[in-house]
Amino acid sequence: MTDRIPAGFHPFVIPFLVGMGFVLLYCLYGFIRIMCQLSHKDRRKFFLSFLNPKILWKDIKDIFLNCLIHVKLWKRNKLLGFMHSSIAFGWFMLIVLGHLEVICFLPGRLRTFYYPIFFNFFVAEDNATIGGQVFFFLMDFFLALVLCGIILAIIKRVHSLIFGMRRTTRLSLLDRVGLYSLWAIFPLRLLAEGFTAHISGGSFLTIPLNWIARAFLGNELNMVPTWWAYSIALCVFMCVLPFTRYMHIPAEMLLIPMRNAGLKIKHARKGYAKVMVYSCPSCGVCIDACPMSVKKANTRDTTVYLNRQIRRGNEKRIEEISDKCLLCGKCSELCQIGIEAPKIRIAQRARRKYGLNQNYSNISVGPLAEKAFGHNVEAKPGKVLYFAGCMTQLTPRISQAMESVLQKAGVEYSYMDKDGGLCCGRPMLMAGRPDQARQIIDKNTGIIRSSGCDTLLLSCPICYKIFKEKYHLEGIRVVHHSEFIKELVDQRRLSVRFGKDVIVYHDPCELGRGSGIYEQPRELLAALGTLVEAEKTGKESICCGGSLGSLTLGFAQREDLTKNALRNLTVNLPSKIATACPLCLASFSRYSDRPVEDIAEIVDQRSTKVD
Amino acid sequence: MAMNFGFKLCPSSALNLDKIDTSLYDKLVEMEPDARICMACGSCSATCTASQFSGMSVRKVLLDIQRGKEKEAAAMLRNCMLCGKCTMVCPRGINTRHLILSLCRIYDNKEEQK
Ligand code: SF4
Ligand code: SF4
Ligand code: SF4
Ligand code: SF4
Repeated sequence: MTDRIPAGFHPFVIPFLVGMGFVLLYCLYGFIRIMCQLSHKDRRKFFLSFLNPKILWKDIKDIFLNCLIHVKLWKRNKLLGFMHSSIAFGWFMLIVLGHLEVICFLPGRLRTFYYPIFFNFFVAEDNATIGGQVFFFLMDFFLALVLCGIILAIIKRVHSLIFGMRRTTRLSLLDRVGLYSLWAIFPLRLLAEGFTAHISGGSFLTIPLNWIARAFLGNELNMVPTWWAYSIALCVFMCVLPFTRYMHIPAEMLLIPMRNAGLKIKHARKGYAKVMVYSCPSCGVCIDACPMSVKKANTRDTTVYLNRQIRRGNEKRIEEISDKCLLCGKCSELCQIGIEAPKIRIAQRARRKYGLNQNYSNISVGPLAEKAFGHNVEAKPGKVLYFAGCMTQLTPRISQAMESVLQKAGVEYSYMDKDGGLCCGRPMLMAGRPDQARQIIDKNTGIIRSSGCDTLLLSCPICYKIFKEKYHLEGIRVVHHSEFIKELVDQRRLSVRFGKDVIVYHDPCELGRGSGIYEQPRELLAALGTLVEAEKTGKESICCGGSLGSLTLGFAQREDLTKNALRNLTVNLPSKIATACPLCLASFSRYSDRPVEDIAEIVDQRSTKVD
Repeated sequence: MAMNFGFKLCPSSALNLDKIDTSLYDKLVEMEPDARICMACGSCSATCTASQFSGMSVRKVLLDIQRGKEKEAAAMLRNCMLCGKCTMVCPRGINTRHLILSLCRIYDNKEEQK
């Protein structure tokens, strides 16, 4: 392999260099800005994480598996996975191999930056390059791979359903420019390398193309213009990259080490959250996932558009989108990048200033505890404290069933909020008011501590999540009633009978995705009747529509959401819908054509005391 | 031409609604038009988590700010926990939880800063 052009330079590389320079400078600027936005502690944590070999290895592994191979997309849909990884991995290999070629054959040219990209233009094959054949083959192979990916991407724009997607993201103008220039890069590269293949050498793609081209055109006049076109396509792509969804390529490489370093979202628009937002490739998986999108008008309020509006800084839309979301967590559960959209939304809500701030200093713990537990409470191992929660007070059937079950099983318990108590604080937290929520948490902690119990039993998953995550209740076990009853049955403190009901179980957002409890309720129900599954279940279960997460969705707007969730639940014709959340129960009961019951109620109907 | 109804209004005991400052209510109605459709049924009062602490009730808050009694309303609002029970029971489908948030936003925060 020899230099064909002695100067080692041709003006067509200039557009590429401009584009490349721009992208690199922009990313450097972005990186410095993000680092400045991090708190001192987080910055330290981030840089120190690179010194930890375990985290460093995880960084490398995650970047390889997620950015190049897209493993999570493969799991979702094979074709979608193949499309993304063929483009990303193929392109990556073209760049790596380009560099290897330069290192092997013309190491002196490595400094030029553009040689690895335009290698075939600058070299001429000579007799001594048998080893080059391997490179030529690999280059053509990966180019073919990328081209396959591009063809699939074009098909996906028209027929997204084959890729398992009902709806795709509506692209913005610049996104389109980026998309079309990306699509243009690789066919142009193929042509350019094809036109020079008789000089620089080629393989199964480029050599036949070269024959055809020379047979029909008979001259080499189109060689240089095609290389120009290739370079310009690269330039256009890189110049628009920072303003399009393609910014996800550099952003995700920063997001992964930040996440592995253990950073948390502290501000909706700065630092970690900002990197997260830029890491979204607008794949659109979250559009179909979102329960709100059953109504077409709400499609624009899904996470992909939140990310876009945050990038654009459109304050009005950011607020609207942040307030509407149910915080059901499905989009982040399915997102391949792991964008924690509910947390970003809560952080956005937290930026709001209020003229009147809630304050609970007038509420004292002592009298409340006394009202619930009386004087002289004794701490006793195994004593259970039942906290029904606000929502259960609106659906007393659940707390009545719970009390009956506890009595049948002979569990010694106190009832914390029989005559009303405080809220758990989660609705306050979801409204983006952590300081107020903290006050409520502290009050409740005081009451719980003076109960002398070592198990806190909850009927509401909303309570369960916050008690698990934000309360400091060392030494006290926090348990949801579906787990607790299951244990009672397992320990034979309660005996249950199998019945003729065909039951479908609805996973409440806060219990399933929110707290990872999927199995216990199902195992319990399987002992009570025939269990069938919904169409979308488990991690993909659909929010009942009643969630307190949404601040702005009104009663009427929730109706379609609930009906859609019910339709999903009833595909296998259950005779009864079971759930484990008072809010789901209330929402579903409103529109359901068959009975909706809490798991505690069903147990209560079909259980007897063990003598 | 004065008409004789056979009785006269007694001015000293008439309630003068003109003297009330309703700017807060007007602002609220602008943000939350639904504030006007409350029929004062009291369902929200009956379910309120905070009522045992500050007498909170959306119905009373709305009534109070219509009468310019901002301080009294604020005292009640201060204990609301945004639990959302009032929204769930409101027969008029008012998003009371959002209404409360909007109201807290537009409250004059001079008092808070003290
Ligand atoms: S948020 Fe996640 S799922 Fe939604 S478009 Fe972005 S990457 Fe895809
Ligand atoms: S959290 Fe749920 S409601 Fe909110 S955007 Fe994600 S999927 Fe939609
Ligand atoms: S949201 Fe506030 S006003 Fe409504 S029921 Fe709960 S505590 Fe009462
Ligand atoms: S429940 Fe609704 S309609 Fe009834 S008083 Fe409260 S806000 Fe008004």
